[in-house]
Amino acid sequence: MRQTVCVSRLRGYNDGMSDEKIFDEMWGRDEQLRDPYANFQSWFDGEDPARLRAKQREADDLFRLTGITFNVYGRQEAEERLIPFDIVPRVIAQREWQKLSRGIEQRVRAINAFLNDIYGRQEIIKAGRLPQEMIAKNAAFLPQMIGVHPPGGVYTHIVGIDLVRTDDNEFYVLEDNARTPSGVSYMLENRETMLHMFPELFAKNNVLPVSTYPADLRRSLAACAPPACDGPPTVAVLTPGIYNSAYFEHSFLADQMGAELVEGHDLRVVDGRVAMRTTRGYQPIDVLYRRVDDDFLDPLNFNPDSQLGVPGIMDVYRAGGITIANAPGSGIADDKAIYSYMPEIVEFYTGERPLLQNVPTWRCSDKESLQYVLDNLADLVVKEVHGSGGYGMLIGPTASKKEIAEFRKKLEARPGNYIAQPTLSLSTVPIFTNKGLSPRHVDLRPFVLVSPEGINITPGGLTRVALKKGSLVVNSSQGGGTKDTWVLED
Amino acid sequence: MLGKTANGLYWMFRSLERAENTSRLIETGQRIGLTRSGNMEWGSVMQTAGVAEGYAAHRGEIAQDQAIDWMLRDTDNPSSVLSSIASARQNARMVRTALTTDVWEATNAAYMRSKELLARKVPERDLPNTLKLIRQRTALVRGATHGTMLRNDIYDFARIGTFLERADNTARILDVKYYVLLPSVFAVGSTIDNVQWETILRSVSASGGYRMAYGNQVNARDIAKFLILDKRMPRSLNFCVSKLRDNLGYLASDYDTTLPSHEIADKLAQRLSLHDIDEIFEYGLHEYIQTILASIGELGAQIEQDYRFYV
Repeated sequence: MRQTVCVSRLRGYNDGMSDEKIFDEMWGRDEQLRDPYANFQSWFDGEDPARLRAKQREADDLFRLTGITFNVYGRQEAEERLIPFDIVPRVIAQREWQKLSRGIEQRVRAINAFLNDIYGRQEIIKAGRLPQEMIAKNAAFLPQMIGVHPPGGVYTHIVGIDLVRTDDNEFYVLEDNARTPSGVSYMLENRETMLHMFPELFAKNNVLPVSTYPADLRRSLAACAPPACDGPPTVAVLTPGIYNSAYFEHSFLADQMGAELVEGHDLRVVDGRVAMRTTRGYQPIDVLYRRVDDDFLDPLNFNPDSQLGVPGIMDVYRAGGITIANAPGSGIADDKAIYSYMPEIVEFYTGERPLLQNVPTWRCSDKESLQYVLDNLADLVVKEVHGSGGYGMLIGPTASKKEIAEFRKKLEARPGNYIAQPTLSLSTVPIFTNKGLSPRHVDLRPFVLVSPEGINITPGGLTRVALKKGSLVVNSSQGGGTKDTWVLED
Repeated sequence: MLGKTANGLYWMFRSLERAENTSRLIETGQRIGLTRSGNMEWGSVMQTAGVAEGYAAHRGEIAQDQAIDWMLRDTDNPSSVLSSIASARQNARMVRTALTTDVWEATNAAYMRSKELLARKVPERDLPNTLKLIRQRTALVRGATHGTMLRNDIYDFARIGTFLERADNTARILDVKYYVLLPSVFAVGSTIDNVQWETILRSVSASGGYRMAYGNQVNARDIAKFLILDKRMPRSLNFCVSKLRDNLGYLASDYDTTLPSHEIADKLAQRLSLHDIDEIFEYGLHEYIQTILASIGELGAQIEQDYRFYV
């Protein structure tokens, strides 16, 4: 009986997707229901679609009320928008997750060791595993950090690793976010919303909790208190302010951690410490979880025009008066040029084979690679080494002949400026539409906390989903949404 | 607590109080407009709300529908109901970490609902209902604040903002309408102009309260006493100032520090509790209100300084 229902639900499931068989996390490649989705599927089949549509609207209202909005610039009255939320959870089995998290932990450990080394003795360069110019000419490398030892030896207290899946057992790291990864508030609020709307689903599935994240974050930050701290560490979150697009997240995290939410103008250096202006005078801060970029952190040491930072904070930092999380200069670890060396970096510092795969990357500075890239431009994605936000990029399969020809010239003129990657066939997960379930491409950003006590990975993470059929772009600025991500306990 | 947070709480609750006061003034103005021809009353209503100059600059000649629109929903008017609620919400976002979820959500909902209700010019027949719906929303914020917030410095700054704004509002109503209450008027022997006293009492939601306290005989002396000195009346100057003194007192003991603002509040509270309404009339009602207004302003400025709102 149930079989017939699934078949009818499946009819038309893949309409509008490309003909090539894509791995779907609910239905696999062969329309065989995968285990982690079994309970969800039987629940879904018993639901009235009209009730689910009402729930979808309820979710939007909840997000608006909670204020989980992001600001859109460029208008006189900054507009607040919601990131669309889809009510179908993305489900990961515990055994899949265990495997993934081992790989993530290994990678994050390597990133920290790499940062310790690169701002220290630079053994990896001496060993000839990473070319000197990858560092010397890199804008993400902060010379001010050379010889600085961050408290507890931790550079990247908070990391977000962007993963994509292409098959049952195939995950790739798309990007490491070692500066100020965002999105964790969506991970937490998506779960809250699901618990609120579908309590019965959680009774049927043993979903590992994510709600410990803020307490874990606080503990993790406090464990990295600087030498100058005596007594329980004072933690504060530094935000660029109420008009920043991620302001909600900053205030959410400060609130949940019981930390102060500060802006640059609340802070100044007093008696060799960074202190915040309170109703009872200036009080020192021990750990600053900053959500402003390196450049804006200290107008005396970096960008002199910055209004967002604290003049002199770098001097206090170097003297052990404050912990900055993540450490300035961490960006060198998630730089696109460095990315292609991650397999070497992981091996060099852990002595192990990398458990997580990098997307194969051709460095066009290399002659043979360049030739391969030039021969296969129509099938590749070519990116500028220092570009971001999708600018200066060629997506071969969707580009016109003219665009490819123009890009070829740029590539030939400055090959060292580019890297190339194959287009991956990203997995899909169903979303709820007016016509029932329909597959959409997704990625995954798990959040990782690092402290001297160890590495803590919240089970799950943020799933971003391309809401447009067939689209591979999951960015919220381009029609992407989010989903609750479940790791099921066996 | 950050100085910025104290500032945000203070202004969040000042703005909320202002939104309610302005909406009450609009209601009163409309009600008077029904019983009396002409636009006479709107000038003084706007003067009471402190928005008359802005109106003149933006809209020119006084007309009822224009005045209502200006006070209700014009974002060029920083004290319009919509602007005040938006400012309360903006400050709430800034101090989100100091608020309970209930208070934040009630504030956010008040803003979203008001924005929706005031998206277009409100037809006069819908006005009473619209104002009621908005005030219900702000009342929810108050209720959530009362029911869910810890009684600590956060609460103290919220209350200080509320009562400074309220004292200021009551004092301004008296300042604009003082002539109605002057002895010369009731010396003539007649009860004061019905419409005028109604305006005053309605502006502070106190028609019922007045009757309860003083019976049906309305006279200027009792109204003045009610609004200035009566400690039972939650919008009287004496009530507001004693609340200000109390909340500053809690801060002083909490922080174990007495600051100049405490002295100003103590003096002001003492003045109001010792004064007698006949002495006030003798001193001159207008002059008296002027000195109170000045003291309230001085107190506000001193609190900003004492608790490091800005520097």
